[in-house]
Amino acid sequence: MSFINYSSREINCKIVYYGPGLCGKTTNLQHIYDNTNPDAKGKMISLETETERTLFFDFLPLSLGEIRGFKTRFHLYTVPGQIFYNASRKLILKGVDGVVFVADSQVDRYDANLESLENLRENLDEQGYDLDHLPHVIQYNKRDMPNAVDLDFLRQALNTNHVPDFEAVATSGDGVFETLKAVAKRVLVELKKGN
Amino acid sequence: MTPQFVLHEEEFDALMMACGDLLRDACAKAVILIDKNGQLLAASGDTSELDATSLASLTAGNMAATEGLAKLVGEEGFGHLFHQGQNENIHISSVSERLLLVIIFDERSSLGLVRLRLKQAKSHIEAAIARAEKRSEDVAGSPLDEITDEDLDSLFGKD
Repeated sequence: MSFINYSSREINCKIVYYGPGLCGKTTNLQHIYDNTNPDAKGKMISLETETERTLFFDFLPLSLGEIRGFKTRFHLYTVPGQIFYNASRKLILKGVDGVVFVADSQVDRYDANLESLENLRENLDEQGYDLDHLPHVIQYNKRDMPNAVDLDFLRQALNTNHVPDFEAVATSGDGVFETLKAVAKRVLVELKKGN
Repeated sequence: MTPQFVLHEEEFDALMMACGDLLRDACAKAVILIDKNGQLLAASGDTSELDATSLASLTAGNMAATEGLAKLVGEEGFGHLFHQGQNENIHISSVSERLLLVIIFDERSSLGLVRLRLKQAKSHIEAAIARAEKRSEDVAGSPLDEITDEDLDSLFGKD
């Protein structure tokens, strides 16, 4: 749910990075944090386990510039990818305006991608959202891995809605900002429609 | 999908005033109003050294997890959360359906005083939010209506 504050002239939106465990959601946020002007970002918060797996969420507040005199502020969240943290994932989807589904291109994570996408649909449904009508984009991460699945094959399995999709190598930053820009734009376009 | 929430100057001022009054009456260090999705609405008091954006996000996560716990044991919700530290204390409570009120206080106040003053402040905040929600329903008031494709292209580039 977006929040518009006339007094501070701000439009605030929430974007959630979703995907299977170890697909690179936190790496996406870390790259954005490391490569953004200090004036445009707040502190990045990571609630993680001792082994650096996301426990609850990562959070990064980001300003993307002004539009008609209103500052556009995006709150980026990741969910914990591991299957048993589903209760936490549901909480983080509350009030979401847009989703980035980060898929792991490696062949042995193919089923995990499908399960995670199905889990996203179910959890959104519980919150009263329908993925088919929620601004979202897909990122095929880890394209540099030798066991990466053919792109068309992944696309056919995961991008049934034909939303914008991007190849990425989040560790080097390839495709990270393209993905962010695409989802942010879709969120604002959706808001413009008057939801 | 939850509709967007628009906060206009008048209601924002009312919320700021309610937070300011509560700050004074409860002898608190800071009073911060956020929505349950983690967006900061209003803050009053000594917030200069406080990362209010992070605080808002963590509070929302904390309360969401607490409400999840409540449901697991068959409760509707727990309504209040209290963290007691050596010097600083944080009291979090639900206000209306959509907001959380965070009160940070030290030894100059007490949990009893905070809870007493909170009751009085809640009605003012709820009234302002009810007005804002009513106005939010009027979509014509959204600045996003006037945004053109060119505005979006200038923000993101034409790719």
